Amino acid sequence: MWPVVLVSSLGCFLLKLTGHSVPQRVLDNPKVRHIAALLPVSLLAALVAVQTFASGQSLVLDARVAGVAAGAVALILRAPFLVVVIVAGVVAAGLRYWGLAA
Amino acid sequence: MSAAATWTEERRSVLRDATGVGIAVGAYGIGFGALSVASGLSFAQTMALSLLMFTGASQFALVGVIAAGGGSIAAGLTALLLGVRNSLYGLRIAPVLQVTGVKRAFAAQLTIDETTAMALARDEDAFEGRSARLAFWATGLSVYVFWNLATLIGALGAGALGDPRAFGLDAVIPAAFLALLWPRLKGRDPWAIAIISAVVALALTPFLRPGLPVLAAALVAVIAGLRAGPALAPISSAPRDAETGAREEDGAAPGGGPA
Repeated sequence: MWPVVLVSSLGCFLLKLTGHSVPQRVLDNPKVRHIAALLPVSLLAALVAVQTFASGQSLVLDARVAGVAAGAVALILRAPFLVVVIVAGVVAAGLRYWGLAA
Repeated sequence: MSAAATWTEERRSVLRDATGVGIAVGAYGIGFGALSVASGLSFAQTMALSLLMFTGASQFALVGVIAAGGGSIAAGLTALLLGVRNSLYGLRIAPVLQVTGVKRAFAAQLTIDETTAMALARDEDAFEGRSARLAFWATGLSVYVFWNLATLIGALGAGALGDPRAFGLDAVIPAAFLALLWPRLKGRDPWAIAIISAVVALALTPFLRPGLPVLAAALVAVIAGLRAGPALAPISSAPRDAETGAREEDGAAPGGGPA
């Protein structure tokens, strides 16, 4: 695991440094800006979906779905981050404990 | 922030905001530390990510993809793609900071959502730019210290837990991503892109190795970005943050953790 930890940390640093080092006009392009602003939306949404429904290469419905849905309700109610993740974990764990979901 | 404020008042206000943001970010750090260790990374690797990578969404993504069995390369690439926006933050913040050499390297490492948002929230011309510069460095230092302390606490705490699944930790990971995504879902375009990306990733899940469907979904952002003409209003993916009072600007999300 160390190679990916160190190489991607270095890569993330170089991405930050690039912004500080290249001439303004290189990255100051509306399309580049749009893509950079949309990438986190795309990646985070895909991560939410996959981590909620995927188990290896198959799609399953288990306690995670209820946990994430509960987390979404907490977000709508403007709960802070730790509350959101704890609610999600407690709901999923509770359903499993009582045998209501896999 | 008003023109009448003296430098002493301005400085106090900047430092207070910086401390507040640092503490708020600590909550995410605890979550990251716990998830990382529960996902199978060692304590030292978890701390290395917070000390060296120091950009929250990338760290969560790396750990999440590994937890899902996605493999090192997919995990690293997802983390890097999420780090691309920091390049734009650097581009935006460099003229404000005007630093070179070693100081520039330190400034680069601290260039994340929070520092960019807090620096840009200050009037760039106020106090000959000192206010915006102080906001960047003070927020950067505060977030760096609190993020790493919180990671330490979370990582130590997770070691005490037993079976991660019994504690619903596999539901905690997507909930954490949802919380990071939430402040960026302002307006119709980000919602549409989020939904399409989620559908694309799920549709590809049966056909690709774990980790790859998420990378493929990044193409949705690329295509949408290329199609958007200059006439489209700049996508503002950050909310006004009630806690820090930071203005939304350039997509930096002060309320979203060091995303």
